[in-house]
Amino acid sequence: MKKKVLSLLAAMALTVSTLAGCGASDTNASTGNAATSDLKAGFIFLHDENSTYDLNFLNAAKEACEKLGVEYVIKTNIPEGQECYEAACELADAGCNFIFADSFGHEDYMIEAAKEYPEIQFSHATGTKAHTENLDNYHNAFASIYDGRYLAGIAAGMKLNEMIENGKIAAENAKIGYVGAFTYAEVISGYTSFFLGARSVCPTVTMEVTFTGSWYDETAEKEAANKLIENGCVLISQHADSMGAPTACETAGVPNVSYNGSTASACPNTFLVSSKINWAPYFEYALTSIANGTAIATDWCGSLETGSVELTDLGTAVAAGTAEAIEAAKADLIAGNVHVFDTTTFTVGGAALNSYMADVDTDANYEGDHEVVIDGYFHESGADFRSAPYFDVQIDGITLLDSAF
Amino acid sequence: MNEKKKEPLFHIVKRDALPWYQSMGIRALAIVLALILCAVVTTLTTGTNPIEVYKSIIIGAFGTARKTWITLQNIAILLLISLALTPAFKMKFWNIGGEGQVLIGGLAAAACMICLNEKLPNALVILCMVIASIVAGAVWGFIPAFFKAKWNTNETLSTLMLNYIATQLVAFFTIVWEVPKGSGKIGIINQNSNVGWLPQIFGSKYLLSILVAAVITVFMYIYLNYSKQGYEISVVGESVNTAKYVGIKVEKVIIRTMLLSGAICGLVGLLLVGGINHTITTTIAGGQGFTAVLVSWMSKFNPLTMIFSSFLIIFMDRGASEISTNFGLNHSYSDILTGIILFFIIGCEFFITYKIQFIKKHKKEEQ
Repeated sequence: MKKKVLSLLAAMALTVSTLAGCGASDTNASTGNAATSDLKAGFIFLHDENSTYDLNFLNAAKEACEKLGVEYVIKTNIPEGQECYEAACELADAGCNFIFADSFGHEDYMIEAAKEYPEIQFSHATGTKAHTENLDNYHNAFASIYDGRYLAGIAAGMKLNEMIENGKIAAENAKIGYVGAFTYAEVISGYTSFFLGARSVCPTVTMEVTFTGSWYDETAEKEAANKLIENGCVLISQHADSMGAPTACETAGVPNVSYNGSTASACPNTFLVSSKINWAPYFEYALTSIANGTAIATDWCGSLETGSVELTDLGTAVAAGTAEAIEAAKADLIAGNVHVFDTTTFTVGGAALNSYMADVDTDANYEGDHEVVIDGYFHESGADFRSAPYFDVQIDGITLLDSAF
Repeated sequence: MNEKKKEPLFHIVKRDALPWYQSMGIRALAIVLALILCAVVTTLTTGTNPIEVYKSIIIGAFGTARKTWITLQNIAILLLISLALTPAFKMKFWNIGGEGQVLIGGLAAAACMICLNEKLPNALVILCMVIASIVAGAVWGFIPAFFKAKWNTNETLSTLMLNYIATQLVAFFTIVWEVPKGSGKIGIINQNSNVGWLPQIFGSKYLLSILVAAVITVFMYIYLNYSKQGYEISVVGESVNTAKYVGIKVEKVIIRTMLLSGAICGLVGLLLVGGINHTITTTIAGGQGFTAVLVSWMSKFNPLTMIFSSFLIIFMDRGASEISTNFGLNHSYSDILTGIILFFIIGCEFFITYKIQFIKKHKKEEQ
């Protein structure tokens, strides 16, 4: 019996080792220009390709590294805890020159790693602390996504106008619903710019916002969208990472403006447009800076011009003339003729916002520390402040249904 | 054997206790078989070279000094939770509330770090943290034990439900303490002052948890096997009536044991918050309160065997993330591999306890 087992084992081992020869191991390096080709980049992502948020980063990382011929390592499913620090250190030990993390909660752990490896460059998306930490090798990055949401808002406003013209709704019933994750500045900035974009073409628009308390909760997002639709919202947008809200809209036949990427394939009848941040320009910028020996900006904010803020292709459900209206507004934004948070376009508690101290330097008491209303507009993600959004003002016309999170 | 009944092909017979080297041999064989099956599955489904995959697993766990330390630290944490649950299980008290007991201990430690910062010197803050988290964990263990002892409530339900209460409490305080506003994250507590951070032993971040685990392992081994209280736990576990008959106060043993179980879980919460993560989140225990149930049972409540069991689970988990990094396989893939291995290991216990006797052989032996 024993012999039989042994020979069986031997046979199996043989099979395994023969099969072993067939396997292909993939190396991520490819050819590129000489300066960047000896670099190695490490990426830390909160989830994997199943999350639209992380997928957006994953694609950009691959695109940028392959273009520059940089070898890269991607670590997925890294929680926002000590694991992030360990992952960053492991990447540093593995010889990475540039290490990047994509989730807000990674920030503190990236800072810890940056202190330990002063010769390696660390970058973090959506973070708020680089400008106060005073570390030469730790950087924040974001993009003026409020421009993108403003443009997406124009598509929403045009759609509402179409519904009003068709007699489908009365002008005063042009109500948008918005599903947010948390009452965080990034979300507030997002829905406000979206609303202002919509109101720039449809003056009677109002908006209701509800929060789910999670960046990814398919059920909660779906329920939130359904609740808004029942409340009489005729168009929905969202700032959370699951397909919950778009699919609820498709089922109910309510137009939807998406985020992070196109949802046209899953929601062909209701998808209007989606804004997203393209991270490839930042990765290229940071890696080229390292190769050239120049400093990476402490706070880098991508824009429409850098190609960091993008709109996807329009869905089939958009109103006529949407593409032209968006192009015109985009040109105005780039030229600086129009500012998303122009204080003449909105009021707070019935009054104009002539001055606002924003909480730019993160502290436990949420104290405002910088005057950000300058030259008649709110300087969101301004070059003198920080890249991550800090617009957290509740403007008139937007109703928050809850604010527990 | 006179009846002309159709005989079954084989009997399953309980074995006498196997010598340790034989039972270990069976377990080793199970792991080898599991690895072979994993290799076959890997090759068939992904076309990846299984030898490379195994190499990655080992490199993932022990590839560098840092990786080795992290692996050891993770083993220590899982081992500690398993050790904490073991006395309760031995008493046949189904404590599946390890997760909540760890969380509440961690929450107590975090509360001390946040609220006592700049009010007390660092050493006192740490002392408060140690006391607070151990007491918090013990209270979380005491509640179900008290109801069980007094009114014989079902402890499986009450310990499980207390997990959710602990999670919701942590969620609530996350909103209270979040920085910046609305972000839903606490972030590293006292990142610049390091107040309430447990000290590094010999300059190593990782050593503290490992040392605590070593001490508790030895303690638990002696406590369960050589102390009067450990004996009482075994008697209550075997038969409550026998225990009552010989004059053991069952209620007292239940409460005392759960206080101990909860206190050690609370201590783990302290290590996770004060020593490792320096923050508190609802997922800080990461489901290890449940994995520990598996470790404790797989090891038949033997603290020394638990070292091996927790090693195996952490080793696979660490290897798993390396696989997903190197081969672009999803993390779920490593869960499949771990599943296969656990299936074999749990399955092999059957062959250690029982043997299969084929009828033909049996007849011959009779003749």
